[in-house]
Amino acid sequence: MKHLRAILWGVVAVFAAILGGVYFTGGFQPDRLLTMADIGGPFRLASSNGGFIDSKDLLGKPYGVFFGFTHCPEVCPTTMYEMTKTLKAVGDDAKDFRLFFITVDPERDTAPMLKDYLSNFDPRIEALVPTAEELRSVARDFRAIYEKVPGSDGEYTMNHTATIYLMNGKGQLASTISYDEKPENRIAKLKKLIAGG
Amino acid sequence: MFTPTYKALVFAATFTLAFSCGITAGFAHHVTFGNLMIMHPWSRETTANATVAAGFMSITNNGAEDDRLVAATAVISDKVQLHNMTMNGDVMEMQELKDGIVIPAGKTVELKPKSLHIMFLNIKSHPKLGDEFKGTLTFEKAGTVDVDFEIEAADAGME
Repeated sequence: MKHLRAILWGVVAVFAAILGGVYFTGGFQPDRLLTMADIGGPFRLASSNGGFIDSKDLLGKPYGVFFGFTHCPEVCPTTMYEMTKTLKAVGDDAKDFRLFFITVDPERDTAPMLKDYLSNFDPRIEALVPTAEELRSVARDFRAIYEKVPGSDGEYTMNHTATIYLMNGKGQLASTISYDEKPENRIAKLKKLIAGG
Repeated sequence: MFTPTYKALVFAATFTLAFSCGITAGFAHHVTFGNLMIMHPWSRETTANATVAAGFMSITNNGAEDDRLVAATAVISDKVQLHNMTMNGDVMEMQELKDGIVIPAGKTVELKPKSLHIMFLNIKSHPKLGDEFKGTLTFEKAGTVDVDFEIEAADAGME
């Protein structure tokens, strides 16, 4: 009996040591501050233009990511409209830049719908169409939020992060463009991203 | 760009013109309806395959009692709701206002981008810049009034 007790206390001590170690090395702190490097992550998602976009193939090419949906009355069309103007203003320097519109509403948004929706905007903008599971994963990597909001008559709308993520050629977050960003800042941020490679 | 002075000037000029010509609602694009004055209902130009659009305006209640905007209709949509949009940090949040929008006595309520708006779902047509489309607003006390929504630029109201 004495032996068993000693063994059990030993087990407790070992667990305490492990927990303490994890805690003090920072591996177990949920509110640890996020750094830029924590945001983003590898992805491979279906494109509205056909085929797949693999983030590995984007290395060396800065790109942007926006989370939205087509049944979005304000933020999404306005952002696409503003970015169409921004891309035009930056011009040739941004000729290889791509902006990915990742739908947060794969339930309603199909690739043809998204292609049609984006045909009104700059051709450098293309949609990515994740499955529900892929969406969870890519949103988690980008720390993006999306949430279905049921309305009356079985309708629903979505809450979602409205920021554009600007990713550098290494696939790391370089900066962001907020919904309120002034046109001159959008242009400056995009130019800086492209110049930085 | 639209300073309060400029706005006041435009308002004064429009008002004076409308008054002197003996024209009231429609021309100056405001509707006086009982105790309510509805200023400049408008919507943004949408792309050819947009499924939704939003309507904006300001509503002044000159009466002694609160009223409430409870419903709206529009010829471009058969499903219209009242919504509020808020930015929670960088997250856009949308909320349907099933109890409507209170227009307090003596106050003006602005329906505008990034805020309260009328949401037109399943839109059937996409009027262009400078066009207008017909709709109605229903208030709990004042009743139903016809309005014309003017189409402005796709990024209007972003300043």
